[in-house]
Amino acid sequence: MVKTQQAIAKVGKSRAPVTGTALSVRKKQSYIADIYSTAVGKKYAMAISGIALMGFVLFHMIGNLKMYLGAAEINSYAEFLKKLLYPLAPKGAVLWMLRGGLLAMLVLHLHAAWSLTVLNHQARPVKYQSPRDYEVANFASRTMRYSGMIVASFLTWHLLDLTFGVVNTVGAEGTFVRAEVYANIVRSLGRWPVAAFYILANLLLGIHLRHGAWSIFQSLGWNNPRFNAWRWTFATAFAAVVVVGNVSFPIAVLAGIVKV
Amino acid sequence: MNTILNAKIPSGALHEKWDNYKADAKLVNPNNKRKFKVIVVGTGLAGASAAATLAELGYQVDAFTFHDSARRAHSIAAQGGINAAKNYQGDGDSINRLFVDTIKGGDFRSRESNVHRLAQVSVDIIDQMVAQGVPFAREYGGMLDNRSFGGAQVSRTFYARGQTGQQLLLGAYQQLSRQIGLGGVRLFNRTELVDVVVVDGRCSGIVVRDLLTGEITSHAAHAVVMATGGYGNVYFLSTNAMNSNVTASWRAHRRGAMFANPCFTQIHPTCIPQSDESQSKLTLMSESLRNDGRVWVPKNADDVRPADQIPESERDYYLERLYPSYGNLAARDVSSRAAKRLVDKGHGVGPLKNGVNLDFSAAIARLGRDVVQERYGNLFQMYERIAGEDPYSTPMRIYPATHYTMGGLWVDYELATTIPGLYAAGEANFSDHGANRLGASALMQGLSDGYFVLPYTISNELAPLLNKTIPTTDHPAFVQAEAEAHERFSGYLNVKGTRSPDWFHRELGKIIWDYCGMERTQQGLEKALSELPALYGEFQKDLRVTGTGESVNQTLEKAGRVDDFFQLGMLMCRDALDREESCGAHFRSEYQTDEGEALRNDQDFCHVSAYNSTGDPMNPDLVEEPLVFETAQLATRSYK
Amino acid sequence: MRLINDLKLKVWRQDGPDAAGHFESHTVEKVSDEASFLEMLDQLNERLILENKEAIVFDHDCREGICGTCSLMINGQAHGPQRGSTTCQLHMRTFKSGDEIVIEPWRAKAFPIIKDLMVDRSSFDRIVEAGGFITAPTGGAPDANLILVPKPVADAAMDSAACIGCGACVAACPNGAASLFTGAKISHLNVLPQGQAERYKRVEAMVHAMDDQFGSCTNHGECSSACPKEISLDVIALMNSDFRKSKSKNRKALSRS
Repeated sequence: MVKTQQAIAKVGKSRAPVTGTALSVRKKQSYIADIYSTAVGKKYAMAISGIALMGFVLFHMIGNLKMYLGAAEINSYAEFLKKLLYPLAPKGAVLWMLRGGLLAMLVLHLHAAWSLTVLNHQARPVKYQSPRDYEVANFASRTMRYSGMIVASFLTWHLLDLTFGVVNTVGAEGTFVRAEVYANIVRSLGRWPVAAFYILANLLLGIHLRHGAWSIFQSLGWNNPRFNAWRWTFATAFAAVVVVGNVSFPIAVLAGIVKV
Repeated sequence: MNTILNAKIPSGALHEKWDNYKADAKLVNPNNKRKFKVIVVGTGLAGASAAATLAELGYQVDAFTFHDSARRAHSIAAQGGINAAKNYQGDGDSINRLFVDTIKGGDFRSRESNVHRLAQVSVDIIDQMVAQGVPFAREYGGMLDNRSFGGAQVSRTFYARGQTGQQLLLGAYQQLSRQIGLGGVRLFNRTELVDVVVVDGRCSGIVVRDLLTGEITSHAAHAVVMATGGYGNVYFLSTNAMNSNVTASWRAHRRGAMFANPCFTQIHPTCIPQSDESQSKLTLMSESLRNDGRVWVPKNADDVRPADQIPESERDYYLERLYPSYGNLAARDVSSRAAKRLVDKGHGVGPLKNGVNLDFSAAIARLGRDVVQERYGNLFQMYERIAGEDPYSTPMRIYPATHYTMGGLWVDYELATTIPGLYAAGEANFSDHGANRLGASALMQGLSDGYFVLPYTISNELAPLLNKTIPTTDHPAFVQAEAEAHERFSGYLNVKGTRSPDWFHRELGKIIWDYCGMERTQQGLEKALSELPALYGEFQKDLRVTGTGESVNQTLEKAGRVDDFFQLGMLMCRDALDREESCGAHFRSEYQTDEGEALRNDQDFCHVSAYNSTGDPMNPDLVEEPLVFETAQLATRSYK
Repeated sequence: MRLINDLKLKVWRQDGPDAAGHFESHTVEKVSDEASFLEMLDQLNERLILENKEAIVFDHDCREGICGTCSLMINGQAHGPQRGSTTCQLHMRTFKSGDEIVIEPWRAKAFPIIKDLMVDRSSFDRIVEAGGFITAPTGGAPDANLILVPKPVADAAMDSAACIGCGACVAACPNGAASLFTGAKISHLNVLPQGQAERYKRVEAMVHAMDDQFGSCTNHGECSSACPKEISLDVIALMNSDFRKSKSKNRKALSRS
């Protein structure tokens, strides 16, 4: 019908009329690719990977609280992690699967964030030429990508420091022994620049988490008047618990509460 | 030219006429519909609904709007609601009662057959709009809620908060959008009609101007629908949107479409008064406020004390005094005129002494602030925003303002103008409201015309044209119309005088408002008719339009519209002078009862005054269409 | 009436879509505090015409806050500093003598500038054309009261339907996203019983149409704060949730739930 019409109609010399705008057919894609190709789908990816990473930071923090119980407790906790599902699965297998999963989630989180950032930059190629006066957008929401990048760089350091030990002994005495988790922590956080970086990164992580944890509800569309008022409370509480727990470690080490 | 107006009213009893018409109307085979092109100008309620429905049927539709989007048309600003004879409240409503109320409200100056059809299809409108997702107000049981409105003793008004017009327009816009998406409608936005082309007595198409590029192009079609709204902006200050104008109707009129009852313009009693000279438009406050507000002015014209310091004994609650039984709820025209008289006598309130008080202190004392807030909260907030005063503590100031125009292009029963192939729908035609429109009936008429009348009557017109060729846009008539349009717009640019189009518009508005507004006199109208040509002459000599015609130029757009308003203004005054009676909104002070009510003259003026253009709006050619009342009884309105 | 004197205006002027724009400075010597913001611009334009200059182009129509035609970024805020209102509802009493007022057009890739302060917002129409409707051809509708709509549902639909399509949400969004607009239209139709048949088809088509033109939501909330009708962010959550379901629901079994 559209074709007939265009044939009959004299097409305007310059500005063409609007018609047939909903006729284009989208190319068929697989379910996941189809969802992920949209910005809304990438927000789902952000939210889901965010949940996984939130779960990690929470349990990581709780596990680390063991250091207050002494070296033996935390070292055996590390051993426990390696023995997850053992002897059903070989030692370390489940842990590596979890690590792989986490890494995938992190990559997904970063990729979605990066593509959305590019998209959003393209959506306003010419910026406002006068200063904006934001009404509700806050520091947290507007610095997600920066807080995220700093946390990511901290993560790299943190892995090199306490998992691989490459930088664990730099500027500190002793040798890195993987199983001696307690000693490794004390050695690392005893250096004040490392502790400062640790604290800074965790404060940023808290800011990142607060906006992120709230955003999960929006992005996944979990919205119900019954619990809407609690979404901010949850996000704030979650971020606070993680930050307080994590920041306590370097302070405890520097204050000598946790020592070899 | 001596035309005899044939309204083509179908035969049969009044309630059978529409059915009879539909039974006899010629149809176009579904496969042939795509061979016809219909142009719809305007995308408000009437235009969008007509374009969408015609496209659904299979016609090729080209829709034109000067707005950026069809969703912006001024139908959107209607607040109150839409009438329909559903009788959902079981309070005695019926099609016949809606018909009688509308005829009576129009003070017996409308055509029975058209009004009855309007009442008949009103019920279909509600069904259609609900199916489209208009969020009408509901009862807790999920059924539709109704409110009552002026001029009716039943509750038949459907509403969506105070935004009924918006919601209905969005409904029609969505349906139109669907057709645009599917390719059934081609939408030309930001494109304004500048001429209508008539070849061998038939409307063959239109000439339009692209507001973004100034480009003038022609479009040919089998039929053209004008759904271009009313002309209230002739008063400069009105509740109409800034861009509402008469150009489309007027250009059609100049090409041979008759213009009917131009002097029937409605004044709404509760608007926020003008606050300074530079004001650009007036804002309407819902009439529902009069349910709880008391209208008064100080008894002493020189009293400038703040309202709360004027004691009860020195206040004149004039509506309660003059119309004890209706009091503050007297009809629109009656209360408007009472306000005008007191303000004219110097009793007005406010810094410019140009309003009357609408006082809620008694209601707040009686009901409490919370109840008042619940009922009128959003209106109070709107007032506070515009006037900068808190209506909870200071009375609102209100004054009447132009709001709707009952007159428009003359149409017959089929909504066809006197140019074959050219139709007029909605406020642009004159057909249904006589000399005064009832509240909540404008939305009803727009949708009735677009959804349920035009699709039938247009097929009747098109069927015989099957496989006949129509003039294309290279026909000399199109070429000439384009050339005239070019000349017209470059003409405005080339006057290079000293005054802006807005200046002339404001001066024109003052004359029309003073002499052809709420109250008209022979003397005043004659004065207007002597001043208008002089001012128009000045407009043609002293206009200044800056910029060029090749990109967006709102000054140039305005110049064209003001030009047409001038010519319409002359015709309005002519018509008001000719109609030596008072009826509905047309009040000639020479013709009033002892109590100051409108005095109709059914002997001499029970007719529609339709005007043929002679090229000189000062001397149009008047043709009368007699109005015959077979079902409704001619009677005098009373609000005592 | 009080006079406000000596307003320093910086107004964006741009000859056409591809032209380079610039700020132009004007002083408004005096204006009544009763005047609306657009009337202040009207007065400035009158003066420009008298000075033989071209008037500033800006979109406006109803001037009562319902048509959604007016726009303007005023001192970095969409529709100016007053919450819950459009530029045409903003009055000069909000400002004081000597104030500097910077006026810019909406900026987004999907809202190209036409001239001066006028932008093209038809990208919104594309979203509605894609699916922002209920398919109900004229004539076939059942009696209106056959479709019962619970009052809270009708109220929720109305809250979303109040959107005037002005584009402030996109203008205010740091990402130029149209999630609030699209979400509002989807919420309006997707909560109503009449809208259920096309619920998932609608949200899918509209989100894709939105995606093709606009940025993405990062949950700042600037849109809702700038919205003259104060539409809630909840509409975005509803859109996100329905879009997810649109991709996973077995549409052949829709009438079973």
